[in-house]
Amino acid sequence: MKRQAYSIPYLTWMTIFAVLPLFLVLFYAFTTKQGSFTLDNLIRFFDPLYLNVLVRSINLALVSTLICLILGYPMAYIISKANIKARNTLILFFIIPMWMNFLLRTYAWMTILERNGIINKFLSLFGIKPLSLLYTNGAVILGMVYNFLPFMVLPIYTVLIKIDKSLIEASYDLGANKLTTFIKVVFPLSLPGVISGITMVFMPSVTTFAISRLLGGGQFTLIGNLIERQFINVGDWNFGSAISIVMMAIILISIAIMNKFDKDKEGVNLW
Amino acid sequence: MKRIKRITSIVTLIVVLFTMALSFTSCSKEEKVTLNVYNWGEYIDESVIKEFEQRYGIKVNYETYATNEEMYTKVKSGGTAYDIVIPSDYMVAKMIREGLLEKLDFSNIPNYKYIDPKFKNRDFDPNNEYTVPYMWGTVGIAYNKKMVTDPVDSWNILWNEKYKGQILMLDSQREAIGLTLKKLGYSLNTTDKNALEKAKQELIKQKPLVLAYAVDEIKDKMIANEAALAVDWAGNAVCMKRQNPDIEFAIPKEGSNLFIDCMVIPKTSKHKKEAEMFINFMCETAIAKKNVEYIGYSTPHTEVYKLLDEKIKNDKTIYPDEETLNRCEIYKDLSDYLSEYDRIWTEVKASN
Repeated sequence: MKRQAYSIPYLTWMTIFAVLPLFLVLFYAFTTKQGSFTLDNLIRFFDPLYLNVLVRSINLALVSTLICLILGYPMAYIISKANIKARNTLILFFIIPMWMNFLLRTYAWMTILERNGIINKFLSLFGIKPLSLLYTNGAVILGMVYNFLPFMVLPIYTVLIKIDKSLIEASYDLGANKLTTFIKVVFPLSLPGVISGITMVFMPSVTTFAISRLLGGGQFTLIGNLIERQFINVGDWNFGSAISIVMMAIILISIAIMNKFDKDKEGVNLW
Repeated sequence: MKRIKRITSIVTLIVVLFTMALSFTSCSKEEKVTLNVYNWGEYIDESVIKEFEQRYGIKVNYETYATNEEMYTKVKSGGTAYDIVIPSDYMVAKMIREGLLEKLDFSNIPNYKYIDPKFKNRDFDPNNEYTVPYMWGTVGIAYNKKMVTDPVDSWNILWNEKYKGQILMLDSQREAIGLTLKKLGYSLNTTDKNALEKAKQELIKQKPLVLAYAVDEIKDKMIANEAALAVDWAGNAVCMKRQNPDIEFAIPKEGSNLFIDCMVIPKTSKHKKEAEMFINFMCETAIAKKNVEYIGYSTPHTEVYKLLDEKIKNDKTIYPDEETLNRCEIYKDLSDYLSEYDRIWTEVKASN
């Protein structure tokens, strides 16, 4: 009884700001402009043109998630091995840039990468001709990795520091060397962190539209740009909602697959 | 149980306080009118608003948007009761068609007489019942004289291999597809599938040469010598020229887009009379002059034009000659056909 009373504000909040909008999106996705039921919006998305856009978005997101993992895991490992004082300082260094606005940080990269930017100015000191760094696939991936890396490092780090030290000691006592211990004990135990890290990086990467527009120079449409244009330029809310539904389905499926790996339901699981 | 009662009483108290606060503010509103003005970003000299507030004792709540469509969505959903919005030509037509605009009472806007007749009674408002033109301008090519050696007089230069990786295109489907249609000799309002297909092929051919598709960043990139050629609006080019003397602007001979942004009153307005006062105020010669000198776009106000600096008056970027203007077209509202333009634009962007 008591519990129910306390949950009323949260339930109201969730209904107004999460459930209701979701139903609106669903409604728009399955209706025509006149409001009658249709599947055309969804069918229209399965045109090779739009599927191409989807494949490209997923590819870019996968590449940046992989880079985040390769960079982020060792980083989290190193930080977790440091003593407490150094550990907190290092984590703080990771979090401080996130206090700044995300767009501001992305704009900063534009001035670093551009033709008369800092990198090219530096290279010109050695007589190297200006490189085109901005407005490439590489710049987009760099932007994603830079912006989303903390989302990979933090969950892995949280899991790593919680691992029971006696398990590692037991592994050494039983004759395993450092590498075997890592592969057989530490890494499997840190998997929940890795999985939430992957989901937390993959999701914003696959739906971003700001990074691809600013650092990619709008060279290609990603799924986020496509949805944005349906709502803002074309005014086709029905098609825009249908694409959003497809995206939601993809994300839900990938989370389900991820959770299969994470049998123990331990660690910092978001869901 | 007691707890629940306490919570209920707290909630009731909050609700009561809220309603009291609301009724209180609506009382004070009757004494002092607040006008909700919704305009493009960086499209007014804000000191002009202050002057209006001081002179008439009306408070102005000023908000900005980046695209016509953004403004349309907000006006249509009716969340805020806007009293003045400033849409462009084709959007005016769409809003009139959908019954979103209020007819103006021109006896409250005597300064309307100063507006140049060539901007009145255009297609988007044939009997000029809903609109008072605010600013106008064109789309053209801004270029850096030091980097571009060929004469810039045609859209074709944007397809010139020599400038590979130095061209900035407007990331806006109407503008990008429109200029390509013009280059091919079609109308930029075409609904001919064949013409659009050809435009698509041209844009795909151009893609490897383009450094970036952008909107807001174009100005900064041109000023910083990051690109040689850019498609942009004339008003932005004026801004670039002020900060980088190497920049020039040209309206290609094939013709281009002419836009007219108009002050209108949406149906949601609760203070139509005050809104008309605001429109009239903005058309006052001294105010309009101050405003246009700040923004840098072109004024439709005949008296203001006469008073402008000779240098500005003769600047072909801001005030192109009659002959050039006649080659320019105003956008028409394509309504549902717009999705075809979007499809083409997506195909261009998705191509490799």
